[in-house]
Amino acid sequence: MVLDTGDTAWMLVSTALVMLMTVPGVALFYGGLTKKRNVLNTMFLSLIAFAIVSIVWVLYGYQFAFGGDMLMGLIGNPANLLFSGIGVDSLAELAPTIPTTVYIAFQMTFAAITVALISGAVVERMKFSSWMVFTVLWVSLVYVPIAHWVWGGGFLASFGALDFAGGTVVHVNSGVAALALALLLGKRKDISLLPHNLGYSVIGAALLWFGWFGFNAGSALTAGGLAGSAFIATNTAAAAAMISWIIIDILKTGKPTLLGAISGAVAGLVAITPAAGFVTVPAAIIIGLITSVVSYFAISWLKPRLGYDDALDVFGIHGLSGAWGAIATGLFAAPFINSLGTGLFYGNPEQLIIQIVAILVVAVYSFVVTLILGKIIDKVMGLRVEDKVEIEGLDTNLHEESGYRI
Amino acid sequence: MKEIIAIIRPDKLETVKAALEEIGCPGMTVTEVKGRGRQLGITESYRGRDYRIDLLPKTRLEIIVKVEDAEEVVQTIVKNAQTGDIGDGKIFVSPVEDVVRIRTGERGKNAV
Repeated sequence: MVLDTGDTAWMLVSTALVMLMTVPGVALFYGGLTKKRNVLNTMFLSLIAFAIVSIVWVLYGYQFAFGGDMLMGLIGNPANLLFSGIGVDSLAELAPTIPTTVYIAFQMTFAAITVALISGAVVERMKFSSWMVFTVLWVSLVYVPIAHWVWGGGFLASFGALDFAGGTVVHVNSGVAALALALLLGKRKDISLLPHNLGYSVIGAALLWFGWFGFNAGSALTAGGLAGSAFIATNTAAAAAMISWIIIDILKTGKPTLLGAISGAVAGLVAITPAAGFVTVPAAIIIGLITSVVSYFAISWLKPRLGYDDALDVFGIHGLSGAWGAIATGLFAAPFINSLGTGLFYGNPEQLIIQIVAILVVAVYSFVVTLILGKIIDKVMGLRVEDKVEIEGLDTNLHEESGYRI
Repeated sequence: MKEIIAIIRPDKLETVKAALEEIGCPGMTVTEVKGRGRQLGITESYRGRDYRIDLLPKTRLEIIVKVEDAEEVVQTIVKNAQTGDIGDGKIFVSPVEDVVRIRTGERGKNAV
């Protein structure tokens, strides 16, 4: 294969777009939803995750995730540790029209946002130092193997699992890990959820939506018809999910809420992620409409009954909309959109089973390993801040800064 | 001298201020405060779940007047801050021992 400058240009842009999703996208989305006294700490969790994962990824993360398969599909062969042997002009094995360096950078932004998403469950009470240690361990021992299984030629890829841009690798994975960590941390002392600056969250969600074009259309790894198809499917699902969340809002409480609108849009973006390059535009509408029902139900009905304090609903939105999207891929994947995927509605019921198995494998692995890592960190250095710090606010106590001086 | 503390709706501040100016009582100290009465706040929703906001924003006026002017000021505030709905606020009147104008050192009634 030869390098394609059009593909390379698009992938460079996509990489920068996905970076924008973490900082400032997730940082603002989450920052606006927390209490005033924790806004800086909340944003900081995303920022530091991005920096730490960036380093881990170039040193060994990419190599274990995307190196040639070894140990029967469990992990990649880390032949290029510390970036050794990666030539300026070498082409990526899994995207043979773009440079390896661009592919590495693109995948790095996915690893980083996956960790940043988890932070939504632990805000307002987790020690910053523990979060930094957790980031290193989690990306190394949970994200890297799962990325290899699904995308790096591992056993779920050979099993036939379809995940265009990360429904399982990013969203089910982060959602379930968030649930595990929230369970370990326990409830916040003040579990009220009154966004201190919903405007931040609107800007954050809008930047997520914008960046998601790089996330999903970039996952075509080429600049062509498939990228265009994923782009329009992504936008369509987000719009449909926003509208359906608002309709549920009106039916349940009588009023449309802005938080509902952005929550719906994000849920729609999550759900279309695994499906973006496999499904038609009408299918994207259905995927978007249904996903808000799934996440709304999980957050307003399931969460209070189960009693876990997943503060910003990472499990409810990313975990469950991600799972729905992965299932929907098994239903709606159309071979005339992408020859790699044929779903139940196009005569391949087996795909649905494969999707469900992939979701379960990722969810169980992520949940169990996150629990173990969290438990170890808790024993060694403690996960949770002191009561005094939690009540007075993490910003002034952990960082000696405050978000507002007005 | 009397001190009049009025807790009113923030959106009534402009009307009350204008009315007090009209009756010749332009001086006041205004603070943004939070509080609650028997109504116990309002409800906001978050992703389908309801939360009670139990402290509502109010505006607090502090006015020092001569004893004989107190009743007129109180009446003016009531007339202009009233909507008739729950949440209109309250007025407290209490005696003031002394007043000092820092610029000149004047005391008592002359300093009001």
